[in-house]
Amino acid sequence: MSEQDQKEIEALYTDAHHWNINAGEETIHAKRMPGRFRTYKWYAASLWLSFFILPYFRSEDHQAILFDIPHRQFHLGSLTIWPQDVWMLSLVLILLAITLFAVTAVAGRVWCGYFCFQTIWTDWFTWLEDKIEGNPIQRRKLDTAAWTVKKLSKKLLKHLLWILISILTGVTFTAYFTDAYQLWIDVVTLQAPLIAWVTIGSLIFFTYVFAGFMREQVCFWLCPYARIQSVMVDKDTELPTYDLARGEPRGKVKRGSDDNKKGDCIDCRLCVGVCPTGVDIREGMQEGCITCGMCIDACDSIMDKVNRPRGLIRYASRKELSGETLPPLYKRPRVITYSVVLLLSLAGIIYGLTHIPPVELSVVHERQPLFTLMSNGSIQNRYTIKAVNKTPQQLTFKLVVTGLDGVNIKMPDGDIITLQPEGIIPFHVFLRATPAQLKKKKTKIRFILESINSTDNIKIKKKSVFIGPKK
Amino acid sequence: MAKQNKPKQVPDTGYEWDGIRELTNPPPRWWMISFHASWIFCIIYFVLYPAIPLVNDYTKGILGWTQIKEFKEAVAENDAIKAPYLKKVAEMDGQALMADAGMRNFADSSAKAIFGDSCAGCHGTGGEGAPGLFPNLSDDAWLFGGDFDTIVESITDGREGSMPAHIDTIDEAGINKLADFVIAAAQGKATPEGLAHFNASGCADCHGEDAAGGAINDLGSGAANLTDAIWRFGSSKEEVLRTIRYGVNEDPDEVPNTRIAIMPAFGEKLSPEAIKMLAVKVHQFGGGK
Repeated sequence: MSEQDQKEIEALYTDAHHWNINAGEETIHAKRMPGRFRTYKWYAASLWLSFFILPYFRSEDHQAILFDIPHRQFHLGSLTIWPQDVWMLSLVLILLAITLFAVTAVAGRVWCGYFCFQTIWTDWFTWLEDKIEGNPIQRRKLDTAAWTVKKLSKKLLKHLLWILISILTGVTFTAYFTDAYQLWIDVVTLQAPLIAWVTIGSLIFFTYVFAGFMREQVCFWLCPYARIQSVMVDKDTELPTYDLARGEPRGKVKRGSDDNKKGDCIDCRLCVGVCPTGVDIREGMQEGCITCGMCIDACDSIMDKVNRPRGLIRYASRKELSGETLPPLYKRPRVITYSVVLLLSLAGIIYGLTHIPPVELSVVHERQPLFTLMSNGSIQNRYTIKAVNKTPQQLTFKLVVTGLDGVNIKMPDGDIITLQPEGIIPFHVFLRATPAQLKKKKTKIRFILESINSTDNIKIKKKSVFIGPKK
Repeated sequence: MAKQNKPKQVPDTGYEWDGIRELTNPPPRWWMISFHASWIFCIIYFVLYPAIPLVNDYTKGILGWTQIKEFKEAVAENDAIKAPYLKKVAEMDGQALMADAGMRNFADSSAKAIFGDSCAGCHGTGGEGAPGLFPNLSDDAWLFGGDFDTIVESITDGREGSMPAHIDTIDEAGINKLADFVIAAAQGKATPEGLAHFNASGCADCHGEDAAGGAINDLGSGAANLTDAIWRFGSSKEEVLRTIRYGVNEDPDEVPNTRIAIMPAFGEKLSPEAIKMLAVKVHQFGGGK
């Protein structure tokens, strides 16, 4: 083999190594060190503590936050959301999605670095690992060491604590769907219903496996966010970035030598060592980067030691790096567009929550037959009415039909409609009109329920039609 | 050969030919775990459930699970939920059933499938009937009575319409005159002269002296009210003439053009509760008395 061939093959190997992906062959043991972004991450992670506390708050006679699936009711404080109000859910989903887009456009994957349950739980798990098994060097050594009582006890303790966190996570999650206090009693006395065990069990399993073992593999291979981030960021987005111009050519510094040809990066690889997903930020933005800023903390500490200015790795946009000035937020089309959608959906949700109707009315016109000729020559239409009383007390209504003068209304239980607070009983209403009253085949009418006993003066309207023979 | 994992070097299998190393690119570990979990799941599934087709049979699986068993269990579960309500239906009389909004709705909904199986073939899914063939159940014209108990009776024992053919007993001009009279009567334009002819022709024996079918339930004849807007067999003169000429339910061998109006009895096919619930549904179509 000629020297030229050998060189080309080596180039191929280098290339293959460069593109070699993290497929979980090796556990990533990231070094933990204090710093600005480390502190931010703890603050953000502490928000998740509310997840463990919220189910125990009560509001009136029920749990403050309760997703009561068997009764098809969601309780948020004193608000009760019925299946009929679920259109708001689509707005909530839009709101969440657009918030994600907007934040990503401005500052990248802030969610991943500071708020995502996957990275936060992983962070807690690795913090425990660090406390029990020691720093990354000790951990790697322990992993390859022979099984001794000491190793076994360390590993046992770690997994025990992990499982405890997983159990707490599983039960807490389930507590949002049923009475939290009762759930704990049922769990402790082993009398919880099957569905609760299944939910708790899967949450325990996935917490333990995802945060304990899969870790960054979830971000790499399961989460779609990393794969779509490229279309969500632009040249204005602030991301943890390695200042290539300042850092290169990288190289070790020798004490006493003042090599002006070398860049500021001393190639200490500490930025790689602290990265919880094991990426090299110097390669630029990549799917593995969760923008947690640990590499910034690490690099700043090194720059301090070698007496070079901080910020070789810093939050910066492509524009800033190339010397351009960053346009203000309100001048970026993406930010404006996202903000508009965000505000619209937020307004919709607020409107929806403050305007939940006390009674949900549905009027279905009979389709077969569309109308019936009665013995006296009049035309009868049948309607099925379903009215949901969302208030806690019994309501009574009278029914008024507008749009067809002189129409005769026949109801099964007299003139008054009584709605109990729970359960819906559909009933039929018959409208009758003479052919002379009908101007055309299809007359647009309106059903109106007017409350009789309520001081709120509830008035619910619903459109419908009265159909007669062809004119 | 053991996998070589040198730092800063792409992993290889350790094989080398003429300076060319064989690199490894194994699937991700989680992928391999999922793969192994999948085939293990398959084996467990094959052992537990019906799986492998054999020549004349198939492996049954140790759980003994079958689709039909699961279906029957689901049906039994549904029946258990319905049982107390069905008991109530059996105990309550028609008036009580119609007055209780919850039970009325239960009967109406439960009868939907029964109606679809036993009744809709002729009367249509909404009880609208078929013009000239099967009566409309949603109007308020009842040949045999539209109160709850009579509806139950009609379903249980069936009904058979009856009207003699008049082609041999009344001359053509007389039949023609009768037809004109009943068409006019339905529009409220009956003439005294026509009514006199109607009575003289013997029609009043069943349809009543005022042609309003007054004799209906007294005689149990099912004779129609000829003065209302509803037509059992069609309102055109041609149809009316046919009805008068050939009657209803005459022997089709002798009178081929006679109308057929037979409602079969369902008393043996359906349970008394089912018939009661059907009666609620029919009553609720809009014409119940």
